[in-house]
Amino acid sequence: MITISSLLFGQKAGASGATSSTRGEIAGLLVVFAAVILLFSLTTDRFLSTETFTSVAFQLPELGLLTLAMLMPLISGGFNLAITFTANISGLALAWVLQAYGGADAGVAAFALGIVAALLTGAIVGGAMGVVIAYTGAHPILVSLSMMIFLRGLGEFLTRGGDISGFPTFVVHMGQGTVFGIPVPLLIFLACVALWAILLKRTRLGFATHMIGSNPEATRYSGVDTHRAIVLIYTLSGIMCAIAGIVMLTRFNSVRVGHGESYLLITVLASFLGRVDPFGGFGRVIPVVIALVILQVIASGLNLLGTNQHLATALWGVILITVMIVRYAWARLQIGSFIRNMSEKRTLKGRA
Amino acid sequence: MHRLKGIGPTEQWLILVIALISIFLALASDTFLTLVNLFDLLNYSAVNIMFAAGLLVVLIAGGIDISFAVAASVVQYLTVTILMQMGGGNWAAGLVLACLIGAGLGSLNAALIFHFRITSIVVTIATFNLFFGMLMYVTGGVSIYDLPDWLSSRVVLFERETETGFAEITLPVLAMVVVVTLTWLLLRRLSIGRQLFAMGDNTEAARRLGINLGAMHYLAYGWLGACAGIAGLMQAHYAQEIVPNALYGRELEVLAAVVLGGARLGGGRGTLLGAILGLALVSITQNGLNLLGVSPYAFRMIVGAVILVAISVSGGTMGRAIGRFRGSKLAGATQ
Repeated sequence: MITISSLLFGQKAGASGATSSTRGEIAGLLVVFAAVILLFSLTTDRFLSTETFTSVAFQLPELGLLTLAMLMPLISGGFNLAITFTANISGLALAWVLQAYGGADAGVAAFALGIVAALLTGAIVGGAMGVVIAYTGAHPILVSLSMMIFLRGLGEFLTRGGDISGFPTFVVHMGQGTVFGIPVPLLIFLACVALWAILLKRTRLGFATHMIGSNPEATRYSGVDTHRAIVLIYTLSGIMCAIAGIVMLTRFNSVRVGHGESYLLITVLASFLGRVDPFGGFGRVIPVVIALVILQVIASGLNLLGTNQHLATALWGVILITVMIVRYAWARLQIGSFIRNMSEKRTLKGRA
Repeated sequence: MHRLKGIGPTEQWLILVIALISIFLALASDTFLTLVNLFDLLNYSAVNIMFAAGLLVVLIAGGIDISFAVAASVVQYLTVTILMQMGGGNWAAGLVLACLIGAGLGSLNAALIFHFRITSIVVTIATFNLFFGMLMYVTGGVSIYDLPDWLSSRVVLFERETETGFAEITLPVLAMVVVVTLTWLLLRRLSIGRQLFAMGDNTEAARRLGINLGAMHYLAYGWLGACAGIAGLMQAHYAQEIVPNALYGRELEVLAAVVLGGARLGGGRGTLLGAILGLALVSITQNGLNLLGVSPYAFRMIVGAVILVAISVSGGTMGRAIGRFRGSKLAGATQ
């Protein structure tokens, strides 16, 4: 099987264990989840409290929305390194519309207009990347990388590296408020998760995304307009970044270019922990969301333990490497059957 | 498909663009075409070109590495700290140590990529965060200003007094020449270098030919690590201080410039001349913006836009041109 990614990375595309069932994946992740919670609650008694879970519920959406934005390109065998800066720039678009209509005095109509502007910005940025990737044959990593450099520069140029703040109070209420006890950002996130799950599983585009990730050439020969599909994938990714940017703006009541830069690593981490194939073609939304919850709990736990921010960054790197090594070992050594064999041997020994 | 001699279409195109920009800058600013400015440009770019030479080796071998710039910062810290504790050291000890530590950090990437079959972009995103996080945590973000004498005293190889001041060529330029020459020897004159191309172009075919893929991975990432180590030491020498986040973000600039110069993400193709020209385009653009008095905030934006446009244009024309020769296979790779 010659997938585009194995061509591009010069590695074998096998051994990524995409064959195991969804149920097994979810069960495995839930075990990890339980282990993480147990570990933290043993380490500090402040962990098992409502505050922790409220903070998880409020912080999860930004990270989650960005992960969804990363997920579609990843499944299509691509990459989007520009997600955080696309979110920032879209947030800026919303901020300007609000400021143009009177800053803190802006009305709901201005906010709605701003959201349209933000979504449009995200769509344009994503669409531009999609067009370049689809029609010029440049590699997604490279295109999204240069887009990231450009967007960061653009953002710094426009804001002079500072914050933009001073929004109407209802914006903050939206970002920090709750409906029936559920934080509004979380509701937005859940809606987007449902949307993405349906999109990837039930629509033609979702099917094409998986097929392009497996074998773009075969997909093209089967009569799928792969160029159009790739443009759409990155446009949708850009729109999801814009939603993340809007949520960030409402939660912090300000926009700063560079905010959430460190999320990039965690979105990649969440996707691979959620069993997305690094070479594209395989990946489901629900396991990725569970992986996200695990990572957010770890993040909140580290925060609670007062871990140094830089040490936490290093730890994320270690966790990503560990996850990938465990995945490899699981697929290669077939630990499942190994354990079975061991227990059989043990019973034999016991008899002798 | 590899033209071993002569100048490829990407390089020709880059030379044309660089020539146009240079002519424009020479007309628009008095200082661009002076010996002082050109030598400054060379001294400043030397570090990036060393990075680019190393990165090119990894790209040709079919991988990608974004951790090398922060690895270079780690090398700076470790080298200087170790040598200071041993009583100061000298250039020879510094270079050897920088090479070894750099190659060691590169080998860590190679080990993770080869033995555990993890995609190189994922491994290096992880090690990027690992290196940078640990560096900032251990140093507490504190810079080293008190460098050993051999490292902090300027070494001028060539100087000439002009109307606008002293034009100097300093040690990093010599290091750059050595690194580029060695990389050229590796890639063009040694059999193991040709094996790197083979692995990058078609891993499975390379394996069946009996090429030791593990050794090739260690060679490529170790080479980049060593280049980054030397570049790191030269950057410390040039800047006369060691700042933990001085090189943070440099990897993206270098990567974009090298790929701009015709190296293919995915391996098997790339030339040193192209990489150097790609970097020259970015450096000259930045230098020009500076001379024209453009706001520094706009630098990155313009550089990003230049790279994006260059990729779109060269990717499109290259894709079409090569597609004509290679038919369907490349058409697949253009997806």
